[in-house]
Amino acid sequence: MGKLFFYVALALVVVSGVLFAPEHAALAIHPMDQFNVASLTGGAVSTFAITNVTLWLALAVICVFLLMVVGSSRRAIVPGRAQSIAELTYGFIYKMVEDVAGKDGVKFFPYIMTLFMFILMANFLGLIPMSFTTTSHIAVTAILAGLVFFTVTIVGFVKNGVGFLGLFWVSSAPLALRPILAIIELISYFVRPVSHSIRLAGNVMAGHAVLKVFAGFAGALGLFSFLPIFAITAVYALEVLVAFIQAYVFTILTCVYLKDALHPSH
Amino acid sequence: MASNTQDAAHGAAEAAHGSAPGMPQLDFSTFGNQIFWLAIALVAIYLILSRVALPRIAAVLAERQGTITNDLAAAEDLKAKAVEAEDAYNKALADARAEAQRIAAEARAEIQVGLDEAIAKADVQISAKAAESEKAIGEIKAGALESVKVVAADTAEALVAALGGKADTKAVAAAVADRMKG
Repeated sequence: MGKLFFYVALALVVVSGVLFAPEHAALAIHPMDQFNVASLTGGAVSTFAITNVTLWLALAVICVFLLMVVGSSRRAIVPGRAQSIAELTYGFIYKMVEDVAGKDGVKFFPYIMTLFMFILMANFLGLIPMSFTTTSHIAVTAILAGLVFFTVTIVGFVKNGVGFLGLFWVSSAPLALRPILAIIELISYFVRPVSHSIRLAGNVMAGHAVLKVFAGFAGALGLFSFLPIFAITAVYALEVLVAFIQAYVFTILTCVYLKDALHPSH
Repeated sequence: MASNTQDAAHGAAEAAHGSAPGMPQLDFSTFGNQIFWLAIALVAIYLILSRVALPRIAAVLAERQGTITNDLAAAEDLKAKAVEAEDAYNKALADARAEAQRIAAEARAEIQVGLDEAIAKADVQISAKAAESEKAIGEIKAGALESVKVVAADTAEALVAALGGKADTKAVAAAVADRMKG
């Protein structure tokens, strides 16, 4: 059955490639167009304009609502599918916060859960063809990473006072090395939000751009368009993985930074 | 993945800002819009999670944990009860067995007593019968001896007569008696 389907699909691809071969097979690929921010009502993209960003952020909020609130609304002792997923997500992040940031990190669990749910939903919604991926924009991820950076820094100083600076003073190293290490630690601390934000946006953007490039090849190759279509399928599968892994990585790094703020000693 | 409207918008944006057709991510004119809506989305998700979803899921998980703990405790209780019931059953069984043995022993003793009585009675009867029989046998024996005497005397007389003599009855009787003794 699967084999038959495969051959039928292959035949369709070949036939359509012959019938609908582009008359001018010029490579007209615009892999970055999918990231354009545009007003839905027309006009300029002003601060309060309703744009495709607004739409897809709203959809992410709705998806979070559907999974976490509607999914768990039956409060069943023996959970259904949606409730199971909601509970698994809850348990997954709760355990991560508890294991990485420690017991006193648990009161930050709602914030970390917010970050994870938002990134996860935005990444997966971005995998819908023709959609807009909010997490592919550095403006979005920089705000997320900046929130984490400032929260962690403020929490660190509030909890430990000047002792938070001990994070940069590696007391286990030889005394002569400590000032040098302190400079390195300080630089790495301020590079954190940069790598934190660019890692997420870069991964998501690169994957989507690659998909779009292959899609452009598929349009231009005519008869042989099945090759890039296979490639798109493979890359899409990888992107599904990346969508989850990047949400996971962002969240666990947040937990690690939070641990540094709560327990700054090395 | 870009729609026509996005293409058109992109063209418009390019026309408006005159920026190179590079990365839309670096088009700073859209940052305000993105950051504004992102803030609203994050606050919305935070409120949804912290006010409704997370307490509810925590309650469900706690309730499930409680139910499981209760069920385990109940199972432990029931198990203890089962063990208790088994012990009671075994005790009742042992009691019943002992009772049965006691009753059997009693019955056996009773029967033994009856049996002994009956045997004793039978013995008495048998000995009485035996004595009677002995007496009868003695009588018969005596009767038989008397008959032998008579027959012997008669035979001797007849023999004497046949030989042509005259039998002296008294002598014959004495001879018979004499022979009988010997």
